[in-house]
Amino acid sequence: MSEHPPARLTLGPLMHHWPAERRRDFYFRIADEAPVDSVCLGEVVCSKREPFFAEQMPAVIDRLRAAGKEVVISTLSLITTERELAAIGELAASGLPVEANDVTAIRVLAGRPFIAGPLINLFNEATLDFLVRAGAVRVNMPVELSLPSIGVLAAHNPTGQTEMAVFGRQGLALSMRCYHARAYGLHKDSCQYVCERDPDGLPADQLDGRGLLAVNGTQTLSHGYLVALAELDALRRLGVSHFRLAPQAGVTAEGLDMVRVAALYRQVLDGAADPAAAEAALLAMLGPVAPINGFLHGREGMAWVPAGTMH
Amino acid sequence: MRPIRYLELVCPAGTPAALRTAVDAGADTVYCGFRDATNARNYPGLNFDVDDLRAGIAYAHQHGRRVLVAVNTFPRAGETAIWHRAVDNAAACGADAVILADLGVLDYAAREHPTLRRHLSVQAAAANPLAIDFYRAQFGISRVVLPRVLAVAEVAALVARIGVEAEVFAFGSLGTMVEGRCYLSSYITGRSPSSDGVCAPAEHVAYREQDGKLFACLGDTVMNCFGPGEARSYPTPCKGRLVTNGEPSYLFEEPVGLNASAILPQLKDAGVTALKIEGRQRGRAYVGQVVAAFRAILDALADGRPPPPEAAQLHALTEGGQETLSAYRSGWR
Repeated sequence: MSEHPPARLTLGPLMHHWPAERRRDFYFRIADEAPVDSVCLGEVVCSKREPFFAEQMPAVIDRLRAAGKEVVISTLSLITTERELAAIGELAASGLPVEANDVTAIRVLAGRPFIAGPLINLFNEATLDFLVRAGAVRVNMPVELSLPSIGVLAAHNPTGQTEMAVFGRQGLALSMRCYHARAYGLHKDSCQYVCERDPDGLPADQLDGRGLLAVNGTQTLSHGYLVALAELDALRRLGVSHFRLAPQAGVTAEGLDMVRVAALYRQVLDGAADPAAAEAALLAMLGPVAPINGFLHGREGMAWVPAGTMH
Repeated sequence: MRPIRYLELVCPAGTPAALRTAVDAGADTVYCGFRDATNARNYPGLNFDVDDLRAGIAYAHQHGRRVLVAVNTFPRAGETAIWHRAVDNAAACGADAVILADLGVLDYAAREHPTLRRHLSVQAAAANPLAIDFYRAQFGISRVVLPRVLAVAEVAALVARIGVEAEVFAFGSLGTMVEGRCYLSSYITGRSPSSDGVCAPAEHVAYREQDGKLFACLGDTVMNCFGPGEARSYPTPCKGRLVTNGEPSYLFEEPVGLNASAILPQLKDAGVTALKIEGRQRGRAYVGQVVAAFRAILDALADGRPPPPEAAQLHALTEGGQETLSAYRSGWR
């Protein structure tokens, strides 16, 4: 694959609310052991969670950088309060690379380089042109895009840095209302941080018991995990340079080892593992949670198109 | 144009007949869209072709009213020309403004049609002063349609800090998710509000009877279940019943409709310019009744009279006969 730029693995921002020590230890291990090139920190979902991890953040950044990882701070995806606006201003002033998940951050950065996050609505070439003029140096594709759409955008992207999610629960919706609090009979303003009880999200199933969604505070995620090992080669050929893994706690008793997940993706990208064998190994690690990849194949997102049936 | 009384009343028109009905019933402004994926109500049998729009604008202008054209979805990669043509056609037909959400479409409209007013669609979900200022500085928007996530006090604080007009939703169906970034429908059906302009399209809806209950489905996905005699609601993903911790509930929102008619003075005090009635997918009779009721309420407020009898009739027109102030009410979150 010498005609392609080197494939980079990114660990996307942690969507869930994990206790600060667990979060710190997770990132220390990522720094020490995971074959990822870039790590996104920062709270994307709920600003009420931010203070808990603030104390650990400098040590985590140092450890990741010492390990040679690029550290990126992802911004909140919905910004409404004065405190949240002030935090964006502080982040812009910090000099850390910023992944903007809302145009507010682009406005505050005022022409300085940024990464367009997956929650920026980037669906077409004209929007890509605008974002690059505004300072985007790397762009994430929204979760909904199919392989052909990703191909059009990656081919059009003058920065050569196009990123696509390839693993984990997919962010499907945002709200001002906290459904986690609501599911526990509470309100957002007095939420008691009940989202911490569900480190991989709170399953929201269909009435007949089949899985559908997972609630994560004000965010709604897919119940299934995106698994796109078999699509990595196609994505590279289309011009995707960065491949994003979402940190997940897993649904099995032993939990999910993200270092092993990253290693599987790395091996397939390096041509060191067969995609089908890697996929089988990954599905075995996931346990009962369903794999999904429908969006990539132009279908409903919750669909699973097995490798053997792809055209 | 006819002078605005109290607040500008912006009304939906899914068809040319609904446009005339809305004008006749007292709308100050009517909004509509073309018959394709360029607008967020791309449903069969709805919307306007270029000739329809030209005639509709002529009718509205004869009566001193305005017409806004929604081109408020996000163009698919490789298909931006369709969206650009929609903006060109709106301008050529004499639209008073276009309602836009996509950064690329906004950029195009600002460059190619600088004298055509640009309103920022709710699909852009600009919910703070800096985001709105970004769109004003970059694309010269004249008005923002505020996302349905803010309490009245927050609307007031926001409007005081933005240099553009604010339009807010006053009545109709509403989702609970931030608009423009909701993938629930495409996750379940493959059809997207963002780029197809449809949410939970009717061709995916199926009702199945089992054990004396009626299951409301989107494709193969169960969104709700109704017992005998229970009122049925449409299986919109954010208004379905889901099971968390073993308990079925309306996890996101009950099947209710927004009715802010009781808080119009507070919205005016908050600095709001215009009220938006949702419902381009609704029939002409519904549009006529809702618009007439709001016209009567606004005229009464302008004259300092008590609420007219029409105010009470709105309740029966809300979705499922149940109404909410939604995010306007503190505690909704």
